[in-house]
Amino acid sequence: MMIRAALLAIGLCAVALPALAQDQQVLPARPGMPITNRPEPDEQIVAGLSRDNIGITTSFDGSQILIYGAIKREKPEPEGQKLAVIVTLEGPLGPVTIRKKSREFGIWVNTASVGVAAAPSYYAVATSSPLGDILDRRTDTQQRISIPLAMRAFSGPITVDDSIPFTEALVDIRKEQGLYKLETGGVHIVDNTLFRADFALPANLTEGDYKTRIFLLRDGKLVDKYQSAIEVRKVGLERWLYTLAHENAALYGLLSLALAVFAGWAAAAIFRFVR
Amino acid sequence: MQPPQRVQFMQIYLPIAEVSVNIFTLLGLGGIVGLLSGLFGVGGGFLITPLLFFIGIPPSVAVATGANQVVASSVSGVLAQLKRKAVDIPMGLVLLVGGLLGSASGIYVFNLLTELGQIDLAVQLCYVVFLGLIGLLMLQEGIRTIQKQRKGGGVRKKRVQHTWVHKLPFKFKFRASGLYISVIPPLLVGVAVGILAAIMGVGGGFIMVPAMIYLLNMPTKVVIGTSLFQILFVSAFTTLMHAITNQTVDVMLALLLIVGGVIGAQIGSRLGARLKAEQLRILLALLVIIVAGKLGLDLVLHPSNLYSIATGGE
Repeated sequence: MMIRAALLAIGLCAVALPALAQDQQVLPARPGMPITNRPEPDEQIVAGLSRDNIGITTSFDGSQILIYGAIKREKPEPEGQKLAVIVTLEGPLGPVTIRKKSREFGIWVNTASVGVAAAPSYYAVATSSPLGDILDRRTDTQQRISIPLAMRAFSGPITVDDSIPFTEALVDIRKEQGLYKLETGGVHIVDNTLFRADFALPANLTEGDYKTRIFLLRDGKLVDKYQSAIEVRKVGLERWLYTLAHENAALYGLLSLALAVFAGWAAAAIFRFVR
Repeated sequence: MQPPQRVQFMQIYLPIAEVSVNIFTLLGLGGIVGLLSGLFGVGGGFLITPLLFFIGIPPSVAVATGANQVVASSVSGVLAQLKRKAVDIPMGLVLLVGGLLGSASGIYVFNLLTELGQIDLAVQLCYVVFLGLIGLLMLQEGIRTIQKQRKGGGVRKKRVQHTWVHKLPFKFKFRASGLYISVIPPLLVGVAVGILAAIMGVGGGFIMVPAMIYLLNMPTKVVIGTSLFQILFVSAFTTLMHAITNQTVDVMLALLLIVGGVIGAQIGSRLGARLKAEQLRILLALLVIIVAGKLGLDLVLHPSNLYSIATGGE
């Protein structure tokens, strides 16, 4: 927690991030409450999550999340402007180092690296239409919606000429691992009023708060935004072991050793008996 | 790592590694490594660690948990060897003292290399150079012995060669090994193995076994038991160090590897008793050469992705 708070602080200092600053003020978001500070928009998002917490048990092998909602209107629907909905799901942020190999004396060696102070461990974007058609660049930059923008400030001095291939490599590797996803058409809109998005969370989830954001757009401009969070926590045996390993490391280490010695002895004893 | 529609059968979520893995993959992995461990008297760390990387376990967790698995398989192996009176305990203790000293200084070197950002390369180079050299030496020796036996007669190499080694002080009688030598050479072997073991994240049996045979002239029948004895304590020390300093020992992962491993180790040591020492040596040599060759190729061939990512600080 400490580390995360510190990282967010670094992120805030390093570059001006109005969107992030705004998020900070309103966290934790209450479900059902739109979080924009602007005057009431003509169209508002009313949304819900199929669940607001996920317990990681021993047999955890991924999870399904359904994010659904409706667009509430006081006035009739504006004509001629294209309606779009984007839903994002973002896992806890953490530092990542991206290294690049090059050939030195005939062998491949890590020669260059770029540090990203905070990249989400998981990031999925579901859209109702292709992202380029429904989102203008300014809104994207402000709200940090598209995948490359999900990464926060660089950590440490940048020692390479061009950091872009490094961040692209990070996105590519995480996409391959199923951790970063862009699902065009993943949001289904019914009658320009109801919408839903399904997310399949992978089995290799990291613990933390998963931030869900819903953006309502018309002609690329933001109309309303909604934010909520899903708590992903280890439970039961997983929780107990994790806590023990971090808070009582010596005891945990001895327990692991005892278990190993016992298993080794038991196997020898059993095999002797069997013979 | 897997596509979302994979068969979700007997998956288990590992609390420290924070990944979900199939139970049978882990049991099988443990079993194979245990079998080799019982057969050759190596801890199996040099196989388990790269294999765990391969199935997607974070490297730091793989190294620490591998050490814990080595503890279990060596307990099992040592007990089997003790029954056959094939452990030279005084020799094991001397090697152990050296091993702990070496391991402590090895951890210092490890941290230094990590700061320089070249630990991966150092580890890979260590693997290639040491595994390759030892593998080739053992293979050559094994083949030569078999050729001599085929020719008949079997001219035995004279066991005791008087060199400067025998003029060193602190001589001690190692009864089980039938040796009367100074404690300094085994102590140094222990230190060297300890340093390498800490840097490479392994028990070090694959270095110690040949060192005992070729440098200390120990009889092959006590080498395996004695090296397992030393590995047991060094890897227990390593596990504890990792658990306390980095919290990277995953007990759930270890348990599954252990269950597979102890069974494999028992089968391996039974099998080993039936094979001839020369055959064992050639088999181990081939295995070691394969691992070294694979790692060597990785260094030389164009990687499929020039970029790699590492999470966490540094």
